Amino acid sequence: MAVDKAEKTKYSQASSREKWGWRSIPLGGVITEAGSAELYQTGDWRSQRPVWHADRCTNCMLCWVYCPDASIKVENGKVVGIDYYHCKGCGVCSAECPVKPEKAITMIDEAEAGKEG
Amino acid sequence: MATRTALTGNYAVARAMKQIKPDVVAAYPITPQTDVVEEFSQFVADGLVPTEFVPCESEHSAMSTCIGAAAAGARVMTATSSQGLALMWEMLYIASGYRLPIVMALANRALSGPINIHCDHSDGMGARDSGWIQIYCKNQQEAYDTMLQAVRIAEHPDVLTPVMVCYDGFVVSHAMASVELLDDDQAAAFVGTYTPKYPLLDTKHPVTYGPLVLFDYYHEMKRQQVEGILSAPPVIEEVGRQFGDVSGRYYGLVEPYRLDDAEVAVVALGSAASTCEVVVDELRDAGVAAGSLRVRAFQPFPRDLVAKHLDGKKAVAVMDRAESFGARGGPLCTLVEASLYRAGKNVPVVNYIYGLGGRDTTTKDIHSVYDRIIGIARGGEVGQHYQYLSVRGGDGNGRN
Repeated sequence: MAVDKAEKTKYSQASSREKWGWRSIPLGGVITEAGSAELYQTGDWRSQRPVWHADRCTNCMLCWVYCPDASIKVENGKVVGIDYYHCKGCGVCSAECPVKPEKAITMIDEAEAGKEG
Repeated sequence: MATRTALTGNYAVARAMKQIKPDVVAAYPITPQTDVVEEFSQFVADGLVPTEFVPCESEHSAMSTCIGAAAAGARVMTATSSQGLALMWEMLYIASGYRLPIVMALANRALSGPINIHCDHSDGMGARDSGWIQIYCKNQQEAYDTMLQAVRIAEHPDVLTPVMVCYDGFVVSHAMASVELLDDDQAAAFVGTYTPKYPLLDTKHPVTYGPLVLFDYYHEMKRQQVEGILSAPPVIEEVGRQFGDVSGRYYGLVEPYRLDDAEVAVVALGSAASTCEVVVDELRDAGVAAGSLRVRAFQPFPRDLVAKHLDGKKAVAVMDRAESFGARGGPLCTLVEASLYRAGKNVPVVNYIYGLGGRDTTTKDIHSVYDRIIGIARGGEVGQHYQYLSVRGGDGNGRN
């Protein structure tokens, strides 16, 4: 469930950047690096969490196609998990998942997920 | 060699712009500023300036164009008045928030309604909190001189804040005066070249302007922005000194007139301050210790300097050419009073709203203001703090 170790390192650097004060922000709020949106933890907006069940997944990639935040992690043409750092929990992946009788992606409450750690 | 010639305030401003040779000028015509853009567009059409001139469909678009061009890295100028400035309102904050050193000539005019094309400062005062530096000029010469200085002030790396060069509509914009112009080479050398900090056209160093900044950074951004405008006063003074070394005409944040030993003083912005100087001379000839103080750099307000100059005066009148509806005091007066309060100076102050919508303010009117503060200085009651100067009452007998 958790962000992997390499991601954790990257994001802890990002979170230390979030402490920039007014003297160190680029003038006028200009962003001087390309692709910095990746560092923005939109995952903390989430109230519903998608849970991916590897045993049921057929790798049809519909979730990957529909995800508006590129948060379905794919390696070698196969789904390997969900990027919780960026996933906002919109639920479109679960809604579009065609696997029956039980979907390969199901939604749970974040509060519930928090209890599981 | 400098040239002396007869010019209106608007033509003097256009001549300054011709010498500055901005990369981009985007504007929309509005009385009483129209001559600036009309004359400048003629310079462009005649091939006398290399500027990209963008005639826009509104002032909102004109300021938007200025912002885009300035973000691209251009040196940018515009001019407007009254409703035009009001229409730019939301874009003004974007120009200052992005720290784009745009220079704008503002020929001050009243705001509708009712519609009126003549001078007062309600347009400038409406934009006083928009993050722009505002310099109010007293005459045609100063309007020309300040345009050249404004470029240096706006582009200073400690400041990087847009500047409005304000001068009274018609009184200065349309009246002709003897104006001394620098040589083109001299002006170009004074203004210097501009190296933008984050030009969008520098494709080797791509940047994003205008990202969404929420509660996690907006607060810090505004704190950073105020540091820019508050860094302006020493820059305005230094640029004014350097301009004096080139032209013989020195400028500061304020202009005191026979004030040191004065017992009473009038504080004003713009051309009315010149009228005050005439009245001060007349009173001095009559043996009255009168002086005046013109605030030139209104934003950022030279708080300490104003308090220092008014310290020890027996009575002060502040003249506001704009209403601040409901505040029971004009914008200049409330800042003067706050300056005195912060400095711990208890100086009796009265406030006059004068000259709205181009109402002529003569030496006779100003004399009545001095008569009042002379009375206070001699032990009379301070009386009503805030009132309209030479306003007709409702009973047909001139009773206020």
